[in-house]
Amino acid sequence: MNNNFDWRKYLIVFLITVCLFLTASFISNFFSEKKVDEMKSIQDNIAINILSSETQFSLLQESSCKYVSGSVLSGELDELGKKLEWSQTNLGDTDEVTYLKKYYSLLEIKDYLLMKKVSVSCGTKSAFILYFYTTKDNCSECEKEGMVLSDLRDKYPELRVYSFDYATDLSAIKSLLQIYKIKDTELPALVVDDSLLTGFHSVSDLETQILKSSKLQLRK
Amino acid sequence: MASIFNIILYVFIFLSVYVQVFFFVTFLENRKKIVIRNGGIKLDFYPAVTITVPCFNEEKTVSETVSSLFELNYPKDRLKIFLIDDGSTDNTWKIISKFSKYPNIKVFHKENGGKHTALNLALQNIETDFFGCLDADSLAHPESLVRIMSCFEKDANNMAVIPSVVVNAPKNFIQNAQKAEYDMGVYFKKMLGFLGAINVTPGPFTIFRKEVFEKIGPYRHGHNAEDMEIAYRMQKNHCKIEHCNDAFIYTNSPSSVKKLYKQRLRWIYGFINNTLDYKSVLFRKKYGNFSVFTLPMGIVSILSVSYLFGKIIYNIFDFLYSKLLQFEAVGLNFSSKKIVFDSFYINAQPFFFLMIVVYSSIIFAIILGRYMTKEKSLFSLNTLYFFPVFSIIAPFWLLKAVYNTILQRKPAWR
Repeated sequence: MNNNFDWRKYLIVFLITVCLFLTASFISNFFSEKKVDEMKSIQDNIAINILSSETQFSLLQESSCKYVSGSVLSGELDELGKKLEWSQTNLGDTDEVTYLKKYYSLLEIKDYLLMKKVSVSCGTKSAFILYFYTTKDNCSECEKEGMVLSDLRDKYPELRVYSFDYATDLSAIKSLLQIYKIKDTELPALVVDDSLLTGFHSVSDLETQILKSSKLQLRK
Repeated sequence: MASIFNIILYVFIFLSVYVQVFFFVTFLENRKKIVIRNGGIKLDFYPAVTITVPCFNEEKTVSETVSSLFELNYPKDRLKIFLIDDGSTDNTWKIISKFSKYPNIKVFHKENGGKHTALNLALQNIETDFFGCLDADSLAHPESLVRIMSCFEKDANNMAVIPSVVVNAPKNFIQNAQKAEYDMGVYFKKMLGFLGAINVTPGPFTIFRKEVFEKIGPYRHGHNAEDMEIAYRMQKNHCKIEHCNDAFIYTNSPSSVKKLYKQRLRWIYGFINNTLDYKSVLFRKKYGNFSVFTLPMGIVSILSVSYLFGKIIYNIFDFLYSKLLQFEAVGLNFSSKKIVFDSFYINAQPFFFLMIVVYSSIIFAIILGRYMTKEKSLFSLNTLYFFPVFSIIAPFWLLKAVYNTILQRKPAWR
């Protein structure tokens, strides 16, 4: 007879495999938490910088131009945006990622308002684009529009692009949507120099638009 | 939808890890039973053995194969050799006829009917209690037969004993990759031997007790994988198959991707179709680990590799599509920013760590295999060749074998 079936061994191997799975999940969670902590720390840093710039601007008014206009935060905001996007794809829409995304959107709005004020008061060369997007399933052109905006940002370092997920459950974003009368059927939507553009717009379309409203220079 | 794909992926990963852990636990349980002998051994009694060399167009290799049989450390009067020309169209018959002058060699010529018919002709003519086959593209180590026969002497329940098949003198990249695979196979065969769950009695030098054929009948076509079919039938009839890890057979491995593809297509097609033929033994406790572990493991491997391959293809197309979109959106003016390494973007999903477990187990299997085949060094570059070659090509023969099965198309022998 060659009957050598031992169910206990199958069970033990099953338990070991489950332990390996749990260990892998534990290690994975550990690294995910580290990533979330890293994003939190970047966000806190941005928040302090924005608050500091706002305070400085309020204190010194026009004379603060030489300090405030130099506080270019867009690099840090960009980095955070990319990390959040990566986290959403790879870590999933966890509560922490959703929370960080809301916080990020608020920081973007605050930075936008401050930089607009600085631009008007100090007469700096800058242009702003508010970009509203949603998931690939609901917006076939959003991915392409995102690429166009990345390309423009590369070309014009003083161009500030603020991206907002239409689906983010945040009253400040809802206010923006109300102000510019943006509907979910018209995405991607762009606000350039306070005028609303819906649907896909190419690099040259947007270039004409932003160059009209500001005197941006190409990156050397 | 993505989460469903992820769940399927993790189910396959779980099963793959389970299989590797099962092998590792089996190794820990039995490690002290692994014997690697050096030099010659003596038996209390040397039973007579008939070795059959079936040939079909083997003019280039058959002489060397027969010479390796002459070199066997086994009493010549206890060793019979049958050379069977299965309707070759080259000079095979002329070459093997020359050996007919030896008293312990018999030569046969028949119309081409496939390897199983050549072996059955031999079975009709044997007068010994033990029977084996040596493919005409393989060479036997001088101590291989006596070591295999010692396994029969040690355990009267052994109905067949299989050797360790290793690659003979690998020359190119493809053969070196196979070398690592065969080394790994030695470890897995040994573990399956401990589990009583071996599912193939390789053409190169498996030795059977003659009573096996009296009990279960002669060879069958077995979808061009007669050595697998006979093993399935033996397992179904509770005939024990043992692995003799220090009995080495050196086989000529395919030298090109095309030849390797054809060989593996035949093997996998044979596995799928023999498993379908013997589906009644699946998950039946009375057939032991063969039915609960070996066969499901093979099925899981085919499904996992096919699924992972599909996922990789999907990812490649997704990447190309996003590049096309990028081209449509911004033309060839892709980002000029420098790529800076940031550890943040290292994927640390459980998948990543579990794949480390699976790959480490495979490397461990190759190292153990090399240890059992008495390689001088336990580490070899072949291990590195193995992963890319088999990851890239294996899905193609697996999928083609599934496709052929669905369409009931039989692959050519060679």
